[in-house]
Amino acid sequence: MIWSKNETLPRSEIEAIQLERLQETVHRVYEKVLPYRKKMDEAGVKPDDIKTLKDLAKLPFTTKADLRDNYPFGLFAVPRNELVRVHASSGTTGKPTVVGYTKNDLDMWTECVSRIAAMGGATADDMAQICFGYGMFTGALGLHYGLENIGATIVPSSTGNSEKQIMFMKDFETTLLVATPSYALRLAEVATQMGVDIKKDLKVRIALVGSELLTDAMRKEMHKVWGENCLVTSNYGMSELMGPGVSGECEYLNGMHINEDYFIPEIINSETGEVLPIGEKGELVVTCIKKEALPLIRYRTKDVTRLMYEPCKCGRTTCRMENLDGRTDDMLKIRGVNVFPSQIEEVLLHTEGIGPHYEIIVTREGHADKLEIRVELLKATDDYKELKAIENAIRSKLRVVLGLDAKISLVSPNTLQRFEGKAKRVKDLRDKEGV
Amino acid sequence: MQAKQLSVFIENREGRLDEVLAVIKSAGVNILSLSLADTSEYGLLRLIVSNPAAADAALKANGFSSMLTGVLVVRLDNKVGSLQDFLGILAKENINLEYMYGLTIENGGKASLVIKASDLEKAASILLSAGAELLSNEDIAKL
Repeated sequence: MIWSKNETLPRSEIEAIQLERLQETVHRVYEKVLPYRKKMDEAGVKPDDIKTLKDLAKLPFTTKADLRDNYPFGLFAVPRNELVRVHASSGTTGKPTVVGYTKNDLDMWTECVSRIAAMGGATADDMAQICFGYGMFTGALGLHYGLENIGATIVPSSTGNSEKQIMFMKDFETTLLVATPSYALRLAEVATQMGVDIKKDLKVRIALVGSELLTDAMRKEMHKVWGENCLVTSNYGMSELMGPGVSGECEYLNGMHINEDYFIPEIINSETGEVLPIGEKGELVVTCIKKEALPLIRYRTKDVTRLMYEPCKCGRTTCRMENLDGRTDDMLKIRGVNVFPSQIEEVLLHTEGIGPHYEIIVTREGHADKLEIRVELLKATDDYKELKAIENAIRSKLRVVLGLDAKISLVSPNTLQRFEGKAKRVKDLRDKEGV
Repeated sequence: MQAKQLSVFIENREGRLDEVLAVIKSAGVNILSLSLADTSEYGLLRLIVSNPAAADAALKANGFSSMLTGVLVVRLDNKVGSLQDFLGILAKENINLEYMYGLTIENGGKASLVIKASDLEKAASILLSAGAELLSNEDIAKL
């Protein structure tokens, strides 16, 4: 179902809305947010210079460092008393990034997520179990209000206590699951261990997954465990931009539709900062054009994708972003080769005999980088040759895909760490100060 | 006549063997013999136990990759040359041995060995027709 008529506007109308909202936002941040005014002055650009959408490229970028430098509320464009909510990112390094919302921002967020949920097949009849961690993280509450707005019944089960999650899922007849792809797979594992037959005993027909990459191989794995008829869509967002609800896949699984009346996407060359032509792959940069509290201009997401403007079979005319390849900051440089963990994941998920969980460990011995991949052996065997064959299959496929040799370590099932939020599967143990 | 052996994959990590043994113990299963080769990354732990099916189920329920494999358990006279005599019979028939380990030495002058061969059925019939004594899991439990 298409939730809003704004998702089907002709391109000229979408662009007219975008330009009007962009101009308004740029004026507002220039007036109200000192760090923005400084940056724009340094770049020699005034709000009135934004005459067309192309002029967006004149504006300076915003990065995560800007948010950190202005911690906690320095980039906010409204007085404190207009804020009705704050959230914060996990902040693995240093201070977390803090984001804020006015009443209108929350309404807009709810609207955006309702659209994405409707795209993923959600209706008022759904029993929606939200297995994202509730708290400072935007994922859970974002999906919560968006789905509630559609009329779905919310089961705010959060993360953890997976056995109980499965019990609720069975007893409440949950039809819609919200989780990271890796937690959705973990839940399936737990269900099976509990003796629950997912395809018979559970009624999950929709999985809205986010906060982590959903590779094709991962989607296949999701179908394998949750059933071929389960509609698995990924959705995209980040707390800096709002939270979930920036974009999402429709049933045609042909990229994620961006809520373009609220966000303007651009693709840039992440090294030069130059805007790339439509269709080229590069770093996604997003400008928030309707937010009041934290309207980020040209925010560098570090996510790598490309944009597609052809209308979709679903009837939406909004621009689509291809499912992500990886993040520029997830990219590992191993022996001079650029490696996205998703490439490794793809190989692993296509290998027989091993499970979907893995760990990537990069170390340095002398001057050489060493890549080790730990995977769980699922196939029971009495034959060392068979174990060697599995290792060799993974190694040779990785050599083709990455051009790198890796050490494969098989471990017992259920011994690698499981994640309920964003999976952290890469351990880069190289000394940054080193050679 | 084949006997059932339990094969369990374990990575070479401190405490891992202990975890397997604990699961088998709590299933009330007795271990009669085991073999674990020296490899750097991982190993296949092979066990002859009093109740292979129960141990296998308990290990699987605890998340281990385990399975039951057919092996031959040969009971020989505990005297010089008897092992070579039997293995010579298999070699003549082009049966390859994949691995082998000892099971028990009885007071009565008999010794038993666990043998995994390329073609188990053929190996069993050759050994039987040469007059060897092959033991089942029930026989082993009574030793």
